[in-house]
Amino acid sequence: MSLDRSDVEKIAHLARLAVNAEEVTAYTRDLSEILDLVAQMNNLDTGGVEPMAHPLHMAQRLRADDVTETDQRELFQSIAPLTERGLYLVPKVID
Amino acid sequence: MHTQTITELAAALRVGTFSSVELTHHYLERIERLDPRLNAFITVVADTALEAAEQADARLRRNTGGPLTGIPIAHKDIFCTRGIRTSCGSRMLDNFVAPYDAGLVERLQAAGAVVLGKTNMDEFAMGSSNETSFYGPAHNPWALNSVPGGSSGGSAAAVAARLCAAATGTDTGGSIRQPAAMCGITGIKPTYGRVSRYGMIAFASSLDQGGPMTRSAADAALLLQAMAGFDPRDSTCVDRAVPDYTASLGEDLHGLRIGLPKEYFGAGLDPGVARSVEQAIAELEGLGAVVREISLPNSPLSVPTYYVVAPAECSSNLARYDGVRFGHRCTEPQDLEDLYKRSRTEGFGAEVKRRIMIGTYVLSAGYYDAYYLKAQRLRHLISEDFRRAFAEVEVIMGPTAPTPAFELGAKTGDPVSMYLSDIYTIAANLAGLPAMSIPVAPVEGKPVGLQIVSDYFTEARLLNIAHRLQQATDWHLATPEGFA
Repeated sequence: MSLDRSDVEKIAHLARLAVNAEEVTAYTRDLSEILDLVAQMNNLDTGGVEPMAHPLHMAQRLRADDVTETDQRELFQSIAPLTERGLYLVPKVID
Repeated sequence: MHTQTITELAAALRVGTFSSVELTHHYLERIERLDPRLNAFITVVADTALEAAEQADARLRRNTGGPLTGIPIAHKDIFCTRGIRTSCGSRMLDNFVAPYDAGLVERLQAAGAVVLGKTNMDEFAMGSSNETSFYGPAHNPWALNSVPGGSSGGSAAAVAARLCAAATGTDTGGSIRQPAAMCGITGIKPTYGRVSRYGMIAFASSLDQGGPMTRSAADAALLLQAMAGFDPRDSTCVDRAVPDYTASLGEDLHGLRIGLPKEYFGAGLDPGVARSVEQAIAELEGLGAVVREISLPNSPLSVPTYYVVAPAECSSNLARYDGVRFGHRCTEPQDLEDLYKRSRTEGFGAEVKRRIMIGTYVLSAGYYDAYYLKAQRLRHLISEDFRRAFAEVEVIMGPTAPTPAFELGAKTGDPVSMYLSDIYTIAANLAGLPAMSIPVAPVEGKPVGLQIVSDYFTEARLLNIAHRLQQATDWHLATPEGFA
């Protein structure tokens, strides 16, 4: 499985990563090699095999819908890059 | 003091041969003097360590301590530690001071262990050599120009060099066992769900599991005892009683059925490593074990399967790093997309970006069935191989890694060759099984690991076998020159 430069540019955008022209060349090569390794999966027919969702075949545990957490907003926002009056600040999204 | 096992240190602390404060000072002095050669630590917390040691001494005087009370350990920098920087080996979290403790950290603290610091690791645990760390590679104490393995390379190097009595690690595809093998120490990846993942920074959530890295199986039993158990804050942690791991260490091995998968002894295995592993297995036969060849026919597909499942889960887990709530944020973002893109591009290193992109690709529209679903089907077949094998044998043994530690830089330009150093360890993660690595005879002065895999929740059996082998041999006692 070989990727081309436009594939890598599209994937990088989906992953919200910026890649310059030089990096696109390197990632195109590296990602194609990794996908070649991954393509070995096709050596085996898996028709009729159930996909394994959990190593122990367990169902997701649910908890009661109770309030268990206390307010720690100040603590959590103390490590945030930019906040104001309890809000996280980002560049303007809507004009 | 640093030459003693945890059992010996605990006895000395109890009778007052030395105090935990003295022991902690001793390890801090070793770290200050020796770690510049190894770069095993990202952060050392001398002040809080000495405070914890004083509290441990008080507990010991009141006779309320346990076997880990006052024992100096180190945490892999993937475990959140309240008030202490938790970097995960990444520039992204270089400024991240965790606001809470991981479940495993809480448990070891409650047991009275003293935390000396946080150890070096591959960035977000993605790597097999510790070379993807933002803080530079850790070095192997047995050969300073070689890698310690990874991703828990700093923990392995620190334990091997006696810079701490034990350390914690995490294992997603071999990240406890492979560095343990390369540094000549004992490491165990418990059954998926045995140890809480709460506060353990997520890489691939269906594979990640924390565990101990120690000098001996007996020490690993003490650490795992404290770490294991139910935590409702981790939705995949299993609510199941934890057996007494120390009580069964001495059990007899007569009649133990060992399976040797022929796939683990084929092409690509270093002949010296093969000889060391065979020598250790012969020792176990001398202790009464019975050996037979088995087959894990789908195991050659474990690496390709892993490099779909792990990157897919990684791309999803690492989507949270957006420069908004915590972690690295770029300067003067032009708009929201620029904030996301530049924060992530500056914060992540090359290997993490490669895996995020692979994961993004295999989960993107139109490719899900061909990659992720296919990999999950193969995962089922790989775990079925083990289920069939465990109907015939109690444990499966083989090499932990195909070669001893390689030189720094040897594989950094070739991701796929790096991935193949986990060829024997990955299957246990895909199946969720417990697996262990213990040191056997070295090859040209470099350590070699024997891997033991057993059935779900039979960590006690792994520890028992490792302990009996360590009683009969002295490979685990070897200390690297310059760190004695």
